[in-house]
Amino acid sequence: MSQISQITKPFQPGGSVPLTRKRESLWQDGLRRLVKNRAAVIGFTIIILLILMAIIAPLIAIKRFDAQVLNDQNKVPTWVTKVFPTMKPYAKISTVYPLGADYVGRDLFSRIVYGARVSLSVAFIGPLISLIIGVIYGSISGYFGGRVDNIMMRVVDVLYAFPSLLFIILLLAFFRSSLSHLTPGSPAYILSKMDESLGGMLFIFVGIGLTAWETMARLTRGQVLSLREKEFIEAAHTIGATNIRIMFRHILPNILGPLVVAETLAIPGYISTEAFLSFIGLGVNPPTPSWGAMISEGANSLRSYPNQAIFPALALAITMFAFNFLGDGLRDALDPRLRGTQ
Amino acid sequence: MGRYIIRRLLYMVVVILVVSIITFGLMHAIPGGPFSREKALPAATLKVLNERYHLDDPLWKQYLDYVYNVLVPHITTKAPTTSLSDDCLINVKIGSVWIRWMNFGPSFKSRSRTVNDIFRDNLPISAQLGTMALTVALIIGLPLGILAALKQNTIWDYLGMGISILGVSVPVIVLGPIFVWLFGVALHWFPPTGWGAKPPYFLGFLPTHLGWDYFKFAIMPAVALGLGSSAIIARLTRATLLQTVREDYIRTARAKGLSERVIITRHAMKNSMIPVVTILGPMLAALVTGTFVTELIFGIPGMGKYFVTSITNRDYPVIMGTILLYAVFLVIANLVVDIVYAYLDPRIRYD
Repeated sequence: MSQISQITKPFQPGGSVPLTRKRESLWQDGLRRLVKNRAAVIGFTIIILLILMAIIAPLIAIKRFDAQVLNDQNKVPTWVTKVFPTMKPYAKISTVYPLGADYVGRDLFSRIVYGARVSLSVAFIGPLISLIIGVIYGSISGYFGGRVDNIMMRVVDVLYAFPSLLFIILLLAFFRSSLSHLTPGSPAYILSKMDESLGGMLFIFVGIGLTAWETMARLTRGQVLSLREKEFIEAAHTIGATNIRIMFRHILPNILGPLVVAETLAIPGYISTEAFLSFIGLGVNPPTPSWGAMISEGANSLRSYPNQAIFPALALAITMFAFNFLGDGLRDALDPRLRGTQ
Repeated sequence: MGRYIIRRLLYMVVVILVVSIITFGLMHAIPGGPFSREKALPAATLKVLNERYHLDDPLWKQYLDYVYNVLVPHITTKAPTTSLSDDCLINVKIGSVWIRWMNFGPSFKSRSRTVNDIFRDNLPISAQLGTMALTVALIIGLPLGILAALKQNTIWDYLGMGISILGVSVPVIVLGPIFVWLFGVALHWFPPTGWGAKPPYFLGFLPTHLGWDYFKFAIMPAVALGLGSSAIIARLTRATLLQTVREDYIRTARAKGLSERVIITRHAMKNSMIPVVTILGPMLAALVTGTFVTELIFGIPGMGKYFVTSITNRDYPVIMGTILLYAVFLVIANLVVDIVYAYLDPRIRYD
């Protein structure tokens, strides 16, 4: 506000009020506004802490995520029975596990810590894949226009009508059960080995990427279409810039803001998609800990051991909170016209 | 408008055909068949089963047979039999002639049931749950958004928007277990699992009695599922209402002395509903897929279970049936949303 009033102050000859303010790029301007938004800063801090937790998981976790002690099945510390009083009559007490142990005697806390790796990977790689595919597709469609645009957008329309979660489920079922029938050395075999080493996350990325790029493509196309007619693009054409150069140097930097905002707002959706897939058993491979899979396992014994489902559920909720806060703040900062919408 | 609807309907058919082809191709590409077992069936048995269900036919023929059985109405003089492969969803008798339509085939896994049985017995439960969740979303979301907009920058605004960001961040898979434990197990307000209606249904999909016996099962899952959507509705309502009340025609209405209530209900609300209606389409899609998880958590005997198990069981007719059903539902929902959109905003003309 102070800057605006500075600019709009009436011009006084000989006055000492400077008429210009410090030059700021869109990003600097956005950053300044973002830092002022308390909710966004909190969200950002939580995300940084979660990333740290995911990276140094082996140092924080008390045990390995797959270490089972069959004698300690469903054991809980005393404070958990106080939070969940229904557990009291039959809870087996053990102080080893800060949040309790699960149905095969694995430490819940350690699994939740490791589980951040899955959710955060999806939160960052999901948008990356959909951004890459969507931006390339959308900018080709928007830049060349005409018939190319028409055909490419019809394809997106059909895919858009496809119930995407159902498509991911089918796709994952296909990937998962094709694994055991591969000949070593084939590209599919290499892919499946990569998936295995990532604990089953690769195919989740592929599934989300293959269904989420359409929104990005539409957004990019719209932005490119409106920019294409601007004078500075025409100017670039007249001095002989190539299509590729115009695309990367003149158009893309100008549409990055809305794209980043849209992707950040989409992140909670990706996180809950992964949780949903793991919940129905098509997500990560056991014993890789995913919050969705842990909730699903815990939901089976909600009556007797509610901690096994509710703690990972809280972890998931906090993460989604943080991303929602950051996404909201980012949108307000980079595109003030949209403030308060959606 | 008429031409637009016809064009959209044709377009819908194309989409559904593409969905069915991709689904058919993908599910047959998954290794293993409906009758593969850990302990393999005797070759002779397998041969008979494959012949019985035409699984040895070339894929294109199986697909065309399927489309033929589902799409083309059969006109016969023979009355419907109890055979599992002769179960049509629509049977109309005109004189001595039967018109029979939409045979989705038998389930390979539950040997005594057909896909149509699942549609008749389990689908209504999912539909009831989805409808109630949508109702919850609207009942909570609209007032919250209106209140926040009318009392902008007051405690009501912050409270409403705080609640709604909470709602967006807790999907049903988070809220479900918490509800079951808190209200079901600890407080005993509601039964933690189950559903209060079973077939036969009134008009094919409504529960035959509506009382506490029904709602005590329905309230928890409907709220858990609808809360996320109510948050989205609240935020959107607030944003558009804030924009609308700054329009010139609202100032005009104030100037000619209309009461504030009339201004909001008659002038501002109708115009701020337009963006809200447009997100109902994607929202329905989210609610439909949300019913799977909700049913699993709350132990509700709806269709969600079949959706997941049919894929792991390679129960081809059930996979096709469930996916097509949801695809058709979503496409129709989107069409209805677009038509309502045009009704609310006369400036929009589809031609």
